[in-house]
Formats: sequence, C-alpha cells, structure tokens
Amino acid sequence: MADTILEIRHLSKSFGSHEVLRDIDFTVSKGDVTAIIGASGSGKSTLLRCVNLLETPTSGEILFHGKDVTGRGVNAPEYRSHVGMVFQSFNLFNNMSVLKNCMVGQMKVLKKSKAEARETALRYLQQVGMAPYINAKPRQLSGGQKQRVAIARALAMGPEVLLFDEPTSALDPEMVGEVLAVMQDLASQGMTMLVVTHEMAFARDVSTQVVYMNQGVICEQGPPTEVLGNPQKQETRDFLARFRKN
Amino acid sequence: MDLFAKLINDISRLWANYKLAYLGGMWSTLKLAVIATVIGVVIGLACGIVNTIPCGKNDPMPKRILLGVVRFLVRAYVEIFRGTPMVLQAVFIYYGLPYFSNNTMRFDNIWTAAILIVSINTGAYMAESVRGGIISVDPGQTEGAKAIGMTHFQTMIHVILPQAFRNIIPQIGNNFIINIKDTSVMFIIGFTEFFAFHRYITGVNNMYFPSAAIEMVGYLTMTVIASMLLRLLEKILDGSDNYELVNEDQLVMAAGTYTHPDRGTPFDEHHKPSRDEVIQDVKLRKQQREARWARARNESTRGDR
Repeated sequence: MADTILEIRHLSKSFGSHEVLRDIDFTVSKGDVTAIIGASGSGKSTLLRCVNLLETPTSGEILFHGKDVTGRGVNAPEYRSHVGMVFQSFNLFNNMSVLKNCMVGQMKVLKKSKAEARETALRYLQQVGMAPYINAKPRQLSGGQKQRVAIARALAMGPEVLLFDEPTSALDPEMVGEVLAVMQDLASQGMTMLVVTHEMAFARDVSTQVVYMNQGVICEQGPPTEVLGNPQKQETRDFLARFRKN
Repeated sequence: MDLFAKLINDISRLWANYKLAYLGGMWSTLKLAVIATVIGVVIGLACGIVNTIPCGKNDPMPKRILLGVVRFLVRAYVEIFRGTPMVLQAVFIYYGLPYFSNNTMRFDNIWTAAILIVSINTGAYMAESVRGGIISVDPGQTEGAKAIGMTHFQTMIHVILPQAFRNIIPQIGNNFIINIKDTSVMFIIGFTEFFAFHRYITGVNNMYFPSAAIEMVGYLTMTVIASMLLRLLEKILDGSDNYELVNEDQLVMAAGTYTHPDRGTPFDEHHKPSRDEVIQDVKLRKQQREARWARARNESTRGDR
C-alpha cells in the first residue's frame, strides 16, 4: 500500500532474560489513529519507545516508508525528527520558555530560520490554546498545560506520525479533558497517531484501530467497534470488564 | 588594648609602604583564579560530554574503540590530577618540560605555566562535578530532546548542559574560591601572587603577624565577593518567578496575515465572534491599553516630582 507509513514486523524486545515484547506485528497507514490498550506491564510503552528507537528492539523490523530503521548505519536522529513523541511526563525542556521549547528543534534539527520557527511554533501553540503562555517556563505551568505545550512542540517538527505515551496518565482528572480535546482535534485534521492510553472513551470514539496487548503480545486488534464492542478473546473481555466496573 | 593599637599602627605602616604590592598581588591572584576556573570549567564540560556519549552494540567498531580510548584517557587525567598535590604538579610540569626537551622547550612566561597548572587541576575536579551535574538532570530531558531528532551533541549543548551547569554552580563556586586560596602555592615556580608578596615583605621587615592580618582580610574580601557574585549568577540563571501572559495575537506581526485574536483554542471555535465584533474588541483593547499607558505615565511623572 502506498500510504503505509509504519510497518512493524516480528518485533521483540528483551531486557536481559525478561521478554517484554514478543513477535509484534501491525501496520499504521496515513490518517490512522491507533489506540494501544492493555494492562500495566503489558509492554505498551516499550512498544512505543521501540517505534521511536528510544529502546533498541532485540529483533524484528520497523519499516518507515518501507525502509528498516532498526539496522546499523541508520540515522536515528533524522528518523526521529519525522516521528513525534509525546511523553507521559511531558519532558519539556526546563531551561527554556514555552516558545523556545517549540522553536529549538525546528532551528537546530530542521535548520529553519528563527522567524520561521517562531511562526510555526506560535501557530501550533495557538492551536493547543497555549499561545498566551509563550513566556512561561515549564515549571510555572499545570500538567495539562505542559502536555499541550509538549504536543505543540512535537507538531512544530511537522512529523508524519505522532506517538503518545499515556499522555493523560500523569494528569489530574479535570485536566485530562483539555488534552484529549486537543488530540481529538488533531485526529479530525487527519494526523496519523499512535496512542498508548487508558482512556477507553478516546479509544472508542476517536481511534480507527485498536490494539489490545497482553503480556507482551498483541492479543487482539481491529476497528474499535470490533475489539471494544465485540471482543473475541477471553483476555480482552476480562480487561474491558475491569474498566467498566471502575 | 595597647596590643591592638600597636597592631593597627603596624598594619597601617605596612599598608602605607606596600599598598601597591599587596593590591598588585591580589590582582594577580584574582586574574589567575578567574582565568583558570573558566578554562577548568570548559575542560570539565568537555570531559562531561565525552563521558556521557551513548555507545551501544549497534555502533560501528572503530567508534567504540576510539570512545573507549578517549574515555580511558579522560579517566586517567582525572585520577592523576585529582590525586596529586597541585604544588607538586607545578614543579613537575614547570621543571619537567625543559628537563625532557633538553631545554628546547620551557615556559617563557610564568603566567602560561601558572594558568596551565591551575586550569588542568580545576578541570580534573570539574570533570567529576559535571558528570554529577549531567546525571542529576532528569533523563526525560534527554528523551524529549532525542524524540525531536536532536543528536547527542545538540542535546548536550542546548538542553542538558545548561541545566547541569545551573546545578553545578555551587561546585564551580567552591572551585573558584579554592583557586583564589590555593594559587598561593604557585610561589614554588616563582609566580608572584598575593601570598608571595607576604613572603617578600616579611622577608624585609619581619612583621609577620601584621602582614598576615592584611593577607587574611584580603583573601576573605576576595572570596566573599566571589561567592556573592556566584549567588547573583544563580539568581540570573533561574530567571524571574513571574511571567507575562501574552494576549495579543503574536502571529499578526510574525506572519503578516490576519487571524482572529480570540480564536485561541479549539474549544472556543464554536462561538467564533463575527468579524465586526472582533474589530470592535481589538479597538476596545487598544483604547484600554493606551489608557493604561497614559495612567502609568502620569503616575511616573508625579513620582518624579
């Protein structure tokens, strides 16, 4: 398929003798919003970190536009600049203002001019509703505000895929909404996203593809109506039942 | 009381006769300490970068070997210069260079020798401090930088080292103050700093205690001022605790295109005000802003009177 962006093939990852991911296979096409769900410790975050090469996969392939990025001699920084990442703990640069946070990558990695970087940064900060805070330092912002800045920082790099690693898990309940609204907005604009999340409502309403992981393997995947509405496997049903109770 | 009066009398006599020598000595001490500390910190930062270069199984063999050798050298440098007395290093290097080169190479300028010795000494201590500073920065910062495609070097320069630097300023201050005091051992190679003048002056008139009193006050003045300046630097680097909200639309100026000032978030998109309302609003804000400025101007002129 021409519009396939990421193809993950037989991906495995071990930390020592502990096998965290086993034979993971799935594909992300342009415009897909893939929600990766599963219990804590099922390997969801590790999978996402492997996709961004923050962890080196033990075996398997990650094809980005058909090219394997896991081998030797791959320019990892260059690849990462096409694949944005939003972290659970925000990871905004503490030594820079909000605006600088969104500009530094564009200027240093993409070699854009200062004016151009500033304009792009402001556009995305406006989109996430953080434009008034451009002079603030990360430590002066609330969790939800930090996460929205982090999303703007990732967007400012013009990525083809955006990875979200539990973007709302570190937030107070009343701040979850503002971040999810931004993500929903992005999805509606056709951004390709890969989201590790515990927000079942987001998975159900926004995603186009749901991947349920259990103990390091993909247990079930498909459209949300199938996986969430009519799960085939007992593990999936148990997992979802636990969520309904809460 | 008599003794105090005598001391004050002696000190003022010494000061009157040797004021220039003491002040000149202080100046040399300060200059050497500042230059050597700055160079030492740069050496420390460089060692810190080298020591934290990531190196995995996926990297090519030559890179891994080269990195291993460089790391060993850095390690050896730190251990040698941290583990031997500076006074001995001074003698070793200052006399060792002509000895080994059959007098073809020597330090023509005592300053070069002194700066070299104190810098590499400071660098050895700073290398470990910098390493500690880098480790103390949240690993999430590195991941954040990597995730937007920065290389190790870019991550270090723009994200990690500025934060590590802020964290190690107390250490730099320590080293700076130690340097102000410990440059006194440079008399061994004939470098005339503050303490050396004490030796010369007392050699002439045997007024050991009054001269030592002057030296004590002199060193204390330099170190106290130094630590005050470093506190100030910390404050400056921390920046303001407050920030200004920017409610004007920044993109109007940056892009030269008009966007709705109120179209800030995706949440208020559904009640987009009509164009007229927006224009009205902008005018109103402008008036308010001008009124505010006018008021501020009036107040400031009133204050002048």
